[in-house]
Amino acid sequence: MNQSITPLVMPKWGLSMKEGTLSAWHVEEGQTITPGQEIMDVETDKIANAVEAAEGGLLRRRIGEIGQIYPVKALLGVLAPAEVSDAEIDAYVAAFEVPVVNEVDEDQEPSYLTAETARGRLRYAHRPGRGNPIVLIHGFGGDLNNWLFNIDAIADAGPVYALDLPGHGGSTKAIADPGLDVLADAVRQFLEALGLQDVNLVGHSMGGAVAATVALRGRGLARSLTLISSLGLGEEINSAYIDGFVAAESRRELKPVLKELFAEENLVSRQMIDDLLKFKRLDGVKEALRGLADAMFKDGKQTRSLVHELQAIPIPIQIVWGAQDAIIPAAHAKALPRAKVEIVEGAGHMVMMEAAGRVNQAIAGIERGLAL
Amino acid sequence: MARKLSMKDAINEAIDQEMRRDPTVIVMGEDIVGGTGSPGEADAWGGVLGVTKGLFAKHGDRLMDTPLSESAYVGAAIGAATCGLRPIAELMFIDFMGVCLDQIYNQAAKFRYMFGGKAETPVVIRAMCGAGFRAAAQHSQMLTPIFTHIPGLKVVCPSNAYDAKGLLIQSIRDNDPVIFLEHKNLYGQESDVPEESYAIPFAEANVIREGKHATVVTYGQTVQRSVDAASLLAKEGIDCEVIDLRTLSPIDMDTVIESVEGTGRLICVDEANPRCSIASDISAMVAQEAFDALKAPIRMVTAPHTPVPFSPALEDLYVPSVEAIAAAVRKTVGAQHRVM
Repeated sequence: MNQSITPLVMPKWGLSMKEGTLSAWHVEEGQTITPGQEIMDVETDKIANAVEAAEGGLLRRRIGEIGQIYPVKALLGVLAPAEVSDAEIDAYVAAFEVPVVNEVDEDQEPSYLTAETARGRLRYAHRPGRGNPIVLIHGFGGDLNNWLFNIDAIADAGPVYALDLPGHGGSTKAIADPGLDVLADAVRQFLEALGLQDVNLVGHSMGGAVAATVALRGRGLARSLTLISSLGLGEEINSAYIDGFVAAESRRELKPVLKELFAEENLVSRQMIDDLLKFKRLDGVKEALRGLADAMFKDGKQTRSLVHELQAIPIPIQIVWGAQDAIIPAAHAKALPRAKVEIVEGAGHMVMMEAAGRVNQAIAGIERGLAL
Repeated sequence: MARKLSMKDAINEAIDQEMRRDPTVIVMGEDIVGGTGSPGEADAWGGVLGVTKGLFAKHGDRLMDTPLSESAYVGAAIGAATCGLRPIAELMFIDFMGVCLDQIYNQAAKFRYMFGGKAETPVVIRAMCGAGFRAAAQHSQMLTPIFTHIPGLKVVCPSNAYDAKGLLIQSIRDNDPVIFLEHKNLYGQESDVPEESYAIPFAEANVIREGKHATVVTYGQTVQRSVDAASLLAKEGIDCEVIDLRTLSPIDMDTVIESVEGTGRLICVDEANPRCSIASDISAMVAQEAFDALKAPIRMVTAPHTPVPFSPALEDLYVPSVEAIAAAVRKTVGAQHRVM
């Protein structure tokens, strides 16, 4: 088999995805693709999003047909340099077998695990890999599924752990004395329970401030910090969003609020709204969210800045932000002169979903840089 | 964390969790324990179809088997509710509501109003409803419209296990009398149900499927049939929105009207008899509030205006079928556009 041929396949977004519909191609045969470029649109029953190229190259063949449904990992296209002959590509396509996606019994949800800590039961997902661990921490009102476009893609750089913070997802909902320190302590206990240290901490929004606090308080725990659209780097925050999110009880109330999270509003799917409503209806969630919001972003202002402390911490820090972020202004990305900064045009607050390829490269890149 | 649970088990779990959370929650009804005071009561039958099985072993005498006297124990539950308890009275079949109706419509429903808002009646009356169980005319009725008609009562009729748990928890926590109707054909329906407690607010319809050509509004057993009809129609290029009302009083007309404004066509599917039904009620409200949006006449798919037949062949024809719903949508979509 010709080693210079690279397949483009149907991505796997989240645990339950088995197949997806190819809804559009954004590149033509004969075009050279750069990493991070949007190459096609894929729809599942949960979400529709653009697929970004993980690797660059010359697109020799488009195999996926628009409107067709393909299983995860099915061959949709072929990248190969010009010197590879058409016959070799034909042979590659003919020989391509869709790798078996490990059959999981959906009722068992084996990919969700739990860790018992003094801060309660914490749910997490794990992807095995070699090297230093990467730990993903979601933001306010989110859960580990916010990383569905990232968790599989970055496992090449190291074993990945994505957890649900207290009050969120499948973790214990009650939070005594809610605030940043309690959440950071929960993450520290989570790392301890799993025996993880020297990890690459990645946090989104409120999870960014949590990751930073873990790194600042527990020396030796973190080897790098990736802050995505992060809390803790400035004063402003969209309090109308926070209050709207906490108060919303119906689809009609929640939908306009969620649209603020994205530059591309169509990403707010029916399933996303339903899943969030199901989470918000659970006993204790409203109190947990209100408590966290009051402690961390009272009266429309962030209560704690981590800038001074982060300037001094001896680990690499990178900051990624969506230029169209309507929740925390992208200008906060420049608050930390020492950090490597990446502003992604065309993305909003949920930049790791809207520009997953760029964020995945950044996360994998910081670990690879350290491993050299 | 979510796991698959039947609607029957979801209802049992809702009662169990609320009894744990709130010591004022009690349960009473005919055979809900299945022989209180007799040997073997701890693992007794627990209701006609076993919905309350096992609760006596967990909560003891907060569950009470009552004599076959609906007006006595439903009255007792309503009285206890006005005095600080949160009783759940189980009536077996909604069809028996006639013998205790005074307690419900002329007493419980009126207290809040007649005592100037000073009296609250947080009682839940659970009962099985609906046809398809070969239980004949006196055990198969869909009497949702009768209770929806009465101000002061709240009326709930879930279509699946997830909704049943969340709506029953909301019903128990609600401070007004709630008629909670469980379609006996749906007890085996399974869906993902979180282990944790959660409450689904009343008057929040569930848009199960989005579509642009026609709006199908329904509740209870005909929800899945409407979804199946929509899948059938999708292959013919007809794109249906399906709305599950979940609660009939209060009712979420905003979602219905918003949908009709988008699709321009309304099909109401109701297992109740057609006259003065949920279907006719929604049709009237949409005609009044969104007439300008309509591109075709509103259509109703209901049971006929007869009692539920005992003949299995006739009973199968009685409840709106997938094909009958699909046919009504086709007719509506094919109807000549109104001249503007």
